[in-house]
Amino acid sequence: MPTVTQVQTTLNGEVVNFLCEPRQSLLECLRDILGMTGTKEGCNDGNCGACTLIMDGRIVNSCLVLGVEAEGKEITTIEGMASPEGLHPLQQSFLENAALQCGICTPGFLLASKGLLDKEPDADEGRIRHWLAGNLCRCTGYDKIVRAVLQVSKAK
Amino acid sequence: MEPFDFLSPSSIDEAVQTLASKGNQARIMAGGTDMLVQMRAGRGTAPFVVDIKDIPELNEVSYDASKGLTLGAAVPCYRIYEDKTLSDAYPGLMDAASLIGGIQIQGRASIGGNICNAAPSGDSIPIVIALGGICNIAGANGTRQLPVEEMCTAPGRNALEEGEFLVSIHFPAPQANSGANYLRFIPRNEMDIAVAGVGSSVQLDASGQNFVSARIALASVAPTPVFAKEAGDSLAGKPVNEDTIQAASELAQSAAKPISDMRGTVRQRTHLIGVLTRRTLNNAIERARGA
Repeated sequence: MPTVTQVQTTLNGEVVNFLCEPRQSLLECLRDILGMTGTKEGCNDGNCGACTLIMDGRIVNSCLVLGVEAEGKEITTIEGMASPEGLHPLQQSFLENAALQCGICTPGFLLASKGLLDKEPDADEGRIRHWLAGNLCRCTGYDKIVRAVLQVSKAK
Repeated sequence: MEPFDFLSPSSIDEAVQTLASKGNQARIMAGGTDMLVQMRAGRGTAPFVVDIKDIPELNEVSYDASKGLTLGAAVPCYRIYEDKTLSDAYPGLMDAASLIGGIQIQGRASIGGNICNAAPSGDSIPIVIALGGICNIAGANGTRQLPVEEMCTAPGRNALEEGEFLVSIHFPAPQANSGANYLRFIPRNEMDIAVAGVGSSVQLDASGQNFVSARIALASVAPTPVFAKEAGDSLAGKPVNEDTIQAASELAQSAAKPISDMRGTVRQRTHLIGVLTRRTLNNAIERARGA
């Protein structure tokens, strides 16, 4: 039987240890082992972006990262986005712009958008649309989502 | 996914030993964006997965204007297009690196992995062939070099022998008055597999009016990426004009051996190869003159 491996990673600013099998994706580890179900599973093959999180400053599909690869990494998930003071500006803007309906794609869109604005605070509409091409939404269409991100961006 | 053991060697020697001891029981992983999808679907499963991302040489990006570029096989796409020096020196490579998958995929997927995955549609392979890329391969018998056009042998199959792995790709230094471009056709703006793709590189003379040399390679029109050598060679020493470019595009069309499938027909793909060859040549020429 393959070895169960201990992984230590920094998750939303806190050091976390968990045990997983090498075949388990980071997405599975978060949801099934750590009980952090904010990160959603959509297609589970890298097409839909629902499981997007930020690992060492880059957005990645957590279904295409192995849990064992999280060793020593810094990971931000949707659970780490709001602060005790309130929602992240992107979360607030998604609410104000009605940029979600069923909500399954929303954590992925929020993390992808955060990944963009953390690096490029003044991303314009074209840049936002290009950046979010790896995230699919079957409810709202994309205009409200793009509008919500644009409202937080410094591009005017 | 079938269970496997995960090994992450931290040097080339250690990786060679690991692969030698596991034989055909091991599968090599870089970004995992193709491999994990395949393994989850029950294809290419193996009892051992060898992650090569901890090996320094596999993460190397070293560029020298006289020696060229050595690109580690595990370097993710974003490190190419976010590097101003590299994207200026090899704009054709930047074209491909910035259109493979979405941003999430580009955070993990590597050019080396794209080559080893050996999909006929691999978006980076034509431009790497056009740029004259050479694979540096390590194995139990030492290292060897192989032109990228000889790496893909069939859909999903590469020229690596058991126990070998791709360490890096070397690109010759960009010559004066040279330029390159990769374009693909997809029925939407992003996130799709090429119906057809063409990578072209050209070197012009000092006047910018004549070709010194050219290399053209094609995607999605044969069981492997195609090096359309005759098409590129036909331009050597010729003036830059519509007729010479048209003739090269027709030779590229004859090098294409497409099939009809859910993404496109033989007729459409052949047509696309003509259009994309002309467009990529013209873009490469423009870049060569601007440089």
